[in-house]
Amino acid sequence: MADTVNLKINSVPVSVPPGTTVLEAARQIGVEIPTLCYMKDISEIGACRICVVDVKGARTHVASCVYPVAEGMEVRTHTPDIIRSRTRTLELILSNHRMDCLTCLRNQNCELQKLAADFGIQETRFPSDAHEPQIEDSAVHLVRDNSKCVLCRRCSAVCKHNQSVGVIGPAARGFDTHIACAYGRDLGEVACVSCGQCITVCPTGALTESCQTDEVWSALADPKKHVVVGVAPSIRVTLGECFGLPVGANVEGQMVSALRLLGFNGVFDIDAAADLTIMEEGTEFMKRLTGGGPLPLITSCSPGWVRFCEQYFPEFLPNVSSCKSPQQMFGALMKTYYAEKYNLAPEDVFVVGIMPCTAKKYEIRRGDWAVEGLPDVDVALTTRELSRMISRAGIMFRSLPSSAFDAAFGVASGAGLIFGATGGVMEAALRTVSSLAEGKPPASLDFTEVRGTAGVKEASYTIRGRSVRVAACSGLANARKVLQSVKDGSARYDFIEIMCCPGGCVGGGGQPVQPQSLKNFSDLRALRAAALYKSDADMPLRLSHESPLIKQLYREFLQKPGSPEAHKILHTHIEKGEAV
Amino acid sequence: MKTPAELAARREAAKAKLSPPDRPRVLVGMATCGLAAGAGPVYDTLKEELGDAVILTGCVGVCRFEPLVEVIMPGKPKVTYVSMTPEKAKRVVAEHIKGGAPVAEYEIGEDGEAFFAGQFRVALRNCGVINPEDIDEYIAADGYEALAGALSGRSPADIISTVLNSGLRGRGGAGFPTGRKWQFAKDAPGDEKYIVCNADEGDPGAFMDRSVLEGDPHSVLEAMALAGYAVGSSQGYIYVRAEYPTAVARLNTAIAQAKELRLLGQSIMGSSFSFDLEIRLGAGAFVCGEETALLTSIEGNRGEPRPRPPFPAVKGLFGKPTLLNNVETYANIPWLLTKGADALNSVGTATSKGTKVFALGGKITGTGLVEVPMGTTLREVIEVIGGGCPGGKRFKAAQTGGPSGGCIPASHIDTPIDYESLSAIGSMMGSGGLIVMDEDNCMVDIAKYFLDFTVDESCGKCSPCRIGTKRLYQLLEKITHGRGTERDLELLEELCGHLQQNSLCALGQTAPNPVLSTLRHFRDEYVAHVRDKKCPAHVCKSLVSYSIIPSACKGCTLCARVCPAGAITGAPKEPHVINSQECIKCGACFDKCKFSAIVKE
Amino acid sequence: MPNTVTVVPFQGTQEQEKELLEAIEAHAGRPGAAMPVLQKAQAIYGYLPEEALARISAGLGLTMSELYGIVSFYAQFSVNPKGRHQVSVCLGTACYVRGAAAILAAVEDGLGCKAGSVSPDGKFSIDATRCIGACGLAPVIIIDGDVYGRLTPDDIPGILKKYTED
Repeated sequence: MADTVNLKINSVPVSVPPGTTVLEAARQIGVEIPTLCYMKDISEIGACRICVVDVKGARTHVASCVYPVAEGMEVRTHTPDIIRSRTRTLELILSNHRMDCLTCLRNQNCELQKLAADFGIQETRFPSDAHEPQIEDSAVHLVRDNSKCVLCRRCSAVCKHNQSVGVIGPAARGFDTHIACAYGRDLGEVACVSCGQCITVCPTGALTESCQTDEVWSALADPKKHVVVGVAPSIRVTLGECFGLPVGANVEGQMVSALRLLGFNGVFDIDAAADLTIMEEGTEFMKRLTGGGPLPLITSCSPGWVRFCEQYFPEFLPNVSSCKSPQQMFGALMKTYYAEKYNLAPEDVFVVGIMPCTAKKYEIRRGDWAVEGLPDVDVALTTRELSRMISRAGIMFRSLPSSAFDAAFGVASGAGLIFGATGGVMEAALRTVSSLAEGKPPASLDFTEVRGTAGVKEASYTIRGRSVRVAACSGLANARKVLQSVKDGSARYDFIEIMCCPGGCVGGGGQPVQPQSLKNFSDLRALRAAALYKSDADMPLRLSHESPLIKQLYREFLQKPGSPEAHKILHTHIEKGEAV
Repeated sequence: MKTPAELAARREAAKAKLSPPDRPRVLVGMATCGLAAGAGPVYDTLKEELGDAVILTGCVGVCRFEPLVEVIMPGKPKVTYVSMTPEKAKRVVAEHIKGGAPVAEYEIGEDGEAFFAGQFRVALRNCGVINPEDIDEYIAADGYEALAGALSGRSPADIISTVLNSGLRGRGGAGFPTGRKWQFAKDAPGDEKYIVCNADEGDPGAFMDRSVLEGDPHSVLEAMALAGYAVGSSQGYIYVRAEYPTAVARLNTAIAQAKELRLLGQSIMGSSFSFDLEIRLGAGAFVCGEETALLTSIEGNRGEPRPRPPFPAVKGLFGKPTLLNNVETYANIPWLLTKGADALNSVGTATSKGTKVFALGGKITGTGLVEVPMGTTLREVIEVIGGGCPGGKRFKAAQTGGPSGGCIPASHIDTPIDYESLSAIGSMMGSGGLIVMDEDNCMVDIAKYFLDFTVDESCGKCSPCRIGTKRLYQLLEKITHGRGTERDLELLEELCGHLQQNSLCALGQTAPNPVLSTLRHFRDEYVAHVRDKKCPAHVCKSLVSYSIIPSACKGCTLCARVCPAGAITGAPKEPHVINSQECIKCGACFDKCKFSAIVKE
Repeated sequence: MPNTVTVVPFQGTQEQEKELLEAIEAHAGRPGAAMPVLQKAQAIYGYLPEEALARISAGLGLTMSELYGIVSFYAQFSVNPKGRHQVSVCLGTACYVRGAAAILAAVEDGLGCKAGSVSPDGKFSIDATRCIGACGLAPVIIIDGDVYGRLTPDDIPGILKKYTED
């Protein structure tokens, strides 16, 4: 086969490798063909027909997203006929879409809305159906509304392809086709893991997180409440996108200022809780490694993963770390240590987590709280919800001065920071475990083998003379493969990091929604993760166990890692699998 | 069957079965339509009287005369009896078979003879002639000879070039040259290839494939084995509608018999060639007739089409090169490979070779199945073979190609039937449904009927077809309800063009054809609906009104009694009146009035 | 929307489950197993209950929503039991041009339920089917496999009566 295929697009010669699609080739001459359903490498079904182009000699228009180039092909991407075709297809889609744009969560960040504007659609001339909302909000983390669904099937593709969960998919046929769970059940009734990946790929407002900003506004306005907020590691490298900053911009300083302007009484860094997780989980790992298991130890930070394990791989539950996630550790400490230290009644401390994640909304309701009857965390907001609060408050985010987290819980290591990317927990743990085991930090603190956005990364290290095999995987389809290989004995690991969402938390279901056209050709997760690793590299403090805050916490309150006190506050006690 | 020679010997022995020298051969048509008309009891009665001389057979084609019985006395010409009952059968046994005197009053008349006169049977050659449940009868009719020839040294290249030179084109609709398809599949790289038979005949009003499967299943099996030999495949699938239980049962019987005789399965006729077949049942989705949807369905998914390329010949079933033809196409293969390319090539027109089977239905006297040479005119099929419209009604249009085809008006009745001529007038060959309409059919209503069908049968994957077919239907509904405007006609045309150009698969691309062809040939009817608010054929209820002619009304009160809406009033023996406000236009009064006093306009 | 949600309680027997598991085992691992197994399951239960799909899901490694996507795609699959007598009214083109719409209306009137549903007493279900291939007898209906052809609406009450009285 020839190495390149030569064709002409809009009369411009292009040379591309065989197998390239017309859509990909068009990008090379600077033409982005619009799409609605196309997800590169994930869902290439040619269904929406927005990307049609004219290929000389073809009987009909063809879908450029799936049409392979051929030698001598002549393509036109925006003839009047093509523009008219796209416009009419859009008109048809709009005739079956509930257009309540002004009151839609996705207003101004909607792919359909943008297409309608780009194509100047001012009326839909075709008969239209009465559009009643079809709200389905049984799941704690999201709201579905099929009256806004355009049947691009991106949601079901990520659910099946990326997450191997597949709880939603196309049902019925023809005009009655709709996205549904089996037997029309509600999402709250089926084995959904709450990852929210479907939300981040939905082009419209058919899938949105269940918005809980009102609860936070109320708490902030309640004089009795002492409202503290903890921000997960990845938020600082994604929040800027909501305010028009480039992907990967680190806005930690402005973010802290904004939170303070919103009126939070304490603005804290969950990276510190991540450091604490390393202390506890590292201790747990060494204990299992030397005390006979069970191994592999699997991380427990990602509630989507924990829920997946409970529902699909319960046999691995004994392998999952007993540590709470950093969010829950943070909340537990706020309602115990912090409340005590600052003379606050635990019930008056209102804890808000800013999370990259919709499963965190589910995690905070699992029970197993440090103070009886009080949830460790009261509300978990996504990055998107926080950005809406900031906008609503009129805060001029981009021009805010930089400021630092409150000292009471604001000092953290670079190890805690990289929790936001896949492999980060593993690397942070390896830094501390090998330092403590060998009595000195390793020559290099960069464990590059477990970095990067590959779905599964494997490495082995020597700790106390023993070879330790580790794996870091993200995306539940990858997790499934790894667990399957452990199960059938084809692979052996001592320590596995599993993150529910592809790329880890930087790719979380609560992160800013970017158009698929951007995601198809640029790796957002890698750009976001790079910002985390860069900050880590620049930090003087890169080892969790060297954090002065961690030392202080153990000294003043938790005694030592793995102590009974630490277990009471920082570890789960309910049997996994029995949670709500 | 260990060698081709053994097959030849068996054929000689079997031939006596087809024309027994010493006893009658009595055939009972037992395809679906025969069975539906009551062939079962007729068969049982004859069997009781005559035993093994009675043979069940497939559809001979004249549906309106079912149940059909054919009696062949040794040395005598065949006598065909029509509309048989057990009682009539007894009389035939007594007078004809035992007494030697045919029962003239039950015989098929001139109409029936005209029905067969213009036909040329290739695909249907064995239907109604042999017993489809007896492999020996197929063997006797030169069955498996082509396969034996192939395994005796005929090369795959020779087989493909014979198919190519015969000029055979796909009989499922689009008319792609069959030989080229075979060549593509042969040339596609890959060790594993599949042969697939599309027997998902979903076109409403078509039953050609069903008749072949019920009347001559072995011809399809043999053709698929030949295809396997030619392109290098050892596994075939037949995707057949579950709504065809008789066809499925006969296919299963045929496959079992062929395997037993080693005409299918491992090392066929002792050669190194193996070919196995599996039946997969459809589950009620018209779109699965589209080749990629059919493959997706066999793979165990929603039957949704996928974009081409890649074409099935390169990447088809389970991602492997796949050759896919329909039943009628396969049924041609053993015949043409035995008789030679010229046998088929010499029949038909310059570009359309051979014959085509049509299922004649609708407003036609001779409902049934016919096979005519390509190039035969519609007039010949409808007026001569089919006997025209019943009841002296005026022929208005013929619909070919089902939901993908179009309506051909009376003015084009002299169009020759071939792929190019039919598409030139806005219809298509299609799989072979041919529905006749007379002056009582409203063409807007017919277009709406087909769109109702496509809305229901669209897979829902691509937006133009999923939403567009529904919008087309809604526009037609608006028009037939008298709410349409002339702007709606423009919108209709615009949307039709959009679907043709932008839908993912052939279903969506051809869905507008019934609308476009009726708009083209019967625009005045559309205009009457939108401008004058009249339905010229008096079909669209909203546009019809009923009234009573006072001078003709005898006051019998019957209409008032049958009116479900209580809209008719009047004293006995006095002229009645219909209250148009309350009338629901059901037409019950019109049907019941004995004095033609009610008018519909 | 019809045929999307099961409205009857599951009353499957152990024998049925055994038969289903055998069917699953016979097809598991073979390419394209879903359709034949679903067809078998429907033959066993008369419809496709969620409980049966759960077994198939586990046995074939397909998710419930994938299976349901298949089930709800094909007209032949049903997530609710059919009536004891199944009435199919052919709406193929040949039947349609010969007045099948009026036949369907007469059947619906006679049984008190619409096409695609089950009569209130559970005795009948009506399906509007596409061509059954008996075009020569158009218009036709089929009740429990018996074909009635060349019908007018007036014939319907008499035909239905044969089945209502058993």
